[in-house]
Amino acid sequence: MEVSKELILNALWETLYMVSISLFFGSIIGIFLGILLVVTRKGHIYENRFIFSIVNPIVNIFRSIPFIILLVAIIPFTRLMVGTSIGTTAAIVPLVLHIGPYISRLVENSLLEVDEGIIEAAKAMGATPIQIIFRFLMPEAFASLILSITTATIGLVGATAMAGAIGGGGLGDVAITYGYQRFSTITIFVTVLILVIVVQGVQSLGNIFERKIRRV
Amino acid sequence: MIEFRRVSKVFDGGEKKVEALKEINITVEKGDIFGVIGFSGAGKSTLIRTVNLLEYPTSGEVIVEGKDLAKMSEKDLREAKKNIGMIFQHFNLLNSKTVFDNVAMPLLLGKKKKKEIEERVNEILRFVGLEDKAMNYPNQLSGGQKQRVGIARALATNPSILLCDEATSALDPQTTKAILNLLKRINEEYKITILIITHEMEVIKEICNRVAVMEDGSVIESGNVIDIFARPRTETTRNFIRSVVRDEVPSSVYGLLNEDAYFSRIFKIDFLGLSSGQPIVSKTAKRFNVEINVLFGNITELQGIPFGNLIVEIIGNEDEIDRALQFIKNQNVKVKEVTKDGSKQRAHFKRLVGNAVHG
Ligand SMILES: Nc1ncnc2c1ncn2[C@@H]1O[C@H](COP(=O)(O)OP(=O)(O)O)[C@@H](O)[C@H]1O
Ligand SMILES: [Mg+2]
Repeated sequence: MEVSKELILNALWETLYMVSISLFFGSIIGIFLGILLVVTRKGHIYENRFIFSIVNPIVNIFRSIPFIILLVAIIPFTRLMVGTSIGTTAAIVPLVLHIGPYISRLVENSLLEVDEGIIEAAKAMGATPIQIIFRFLMPEAFASLILSITTATIGLVGATAMAGAIGGGGLGDVAITYGYQRFSTITIFVTVLILVIVVQGVQSLGNIFERKIRRV
Repeated sequence: MIEFRRVSKVFDGGEKKVEALKEINITVEKGDIFGVIGFSGAGKSTLIRTVNLLEYPTSGEVIVEGKDLAKMSEKDLREAKKNIGMIFQHFNLLNSKTVFDNVAMPLLLGKKKKKEIEERVNEILRFVGLEDKAMNYPNQLSGGQKQRVGIARALATNPSILLCDEATSALDPQTTKAILNLLKRINEEYKITILIITHEMEVIKEICNRVAVMEDGSVIESGNVIDIFARPRTETTRNFIRSVVRDEVPSSVYGLLNEDAYFSRIFKIDFLGLSSGQPIVSKTAKRFNVEINVLFGNITELQGIPFGNLIVEIIGNEDEIDRALQFIKNQNVKVKEVTKDGSKQRAHFKRLVGNAVHG
């Protein structure tokens, strides 16, 4: 049995839906935690041992749970959040919890790359800590942040393939149910091809933005 | 005015403590260009950073324009910092922002009106000679231009004090001169007190009126630049001075020393001021029956006053040389005879090095 064009298009739509919604919420969480991880560390503008020593291990725990296990493990929480534990929308909850902490590490790295001299200059001109974050650190790290978000997006595309386990749909789901379980080589080929194109597209877009911002 | 009162700073890195500042007492007067010189690790950066509290003193006080910033609330401190500009060795500009936006930043933080910001930024960019670079990004500029942006940014809020942390150390000698000239203009035209730290005596020599020498966390010598140059009390200071004014007697001069039949003695004349140096030599030669050859000279200028030394050979009969020498000594210069015995090959060398005067 072959899959229809509608099925593939529908799956592509589901993938893009899951990726974009979870990227949106994941970025909010990730950027917030990433900033927190930077500014609360020792010697930084909001040095706070307590907050740092809570956020840091939590991020590590989420980073170390394989997505397929996270997916199943948080089913009660998912139900609490979106009222159901199966379907495309239900997949978004674990995707956010998976990608948020990942983005926070990437953001942390991007912000730590900013020359310390910039913070010195900011402090010397009497900037408040909030001003230091949003007028100095973030703009200086912006190009690097774009690349981080690009990497996270591609990670999300990969993670959505597993969303089929809870009936999330998407291209990965199609590839597994029609391709693997029903031996349709052509389906695997087509879905993989589309995934490759999506990933390539995201990466190229990210690179273009980054270069534009860095003006190189 | 900046007063350091018994300022100490200890960095406590667990097992090893670093005493970066030990009871520093110096006063930077209004209108000074005050230089702090010392080798790397002497504590200069730590010292300058206590002025705007990038570093808090462990003990002691830093009084800036009559106020102890360490006792202020966060809010007042931020306000006080607008009165203290700072520039850095590596400029610390925002690479993601244009020259205009970099200079506008301190005003933006102070929530000034757009129109006001625009006027002020353009005015200050004109002053540092970068009005045509306003829309460029820092990575499109040379080192000297970047430092001009740094200076413009530091001056944007009209501070009364400018702190310079190794501001010219990343620049080539020519660019260094240009930036130093700009700092001097800032001092003169805007009446801004400048505290500059450096490991290059050239910087002190070029623009400072007062200087403190730091070593190992302490100020080992301080005073007017002219006094320090004329009468250094420590070996460290002497070494720094030697880096801009050669002081040693060149070995070729020793080769000229002789014990031949007719008299020739070699002297080193250290001088400071207008009535000294060349005029003394020509006056002496005219007044006494001696011939004077300038063998070597190192002359420079300190705040418009000639400073340096001449190594001269005085030829004549014994009495006449003595009288000439007495005359020179009365001119308020320091004279020392070059005596260390060398070889006897004097005659042919003499004319070769005879006119090697350089500054
Ligand atoms: N944040 C810091 N933590 C620990 N030690 C420091 C710190 N900053 C400076 N030091 C130490 O203090 C001493 C003086 O440093 P610094 O003021 O930078 O010297 P300079 O500017 O004269 O080269 C050095 O031994 C340096 O290692
Ligand atoms: Mg230093």
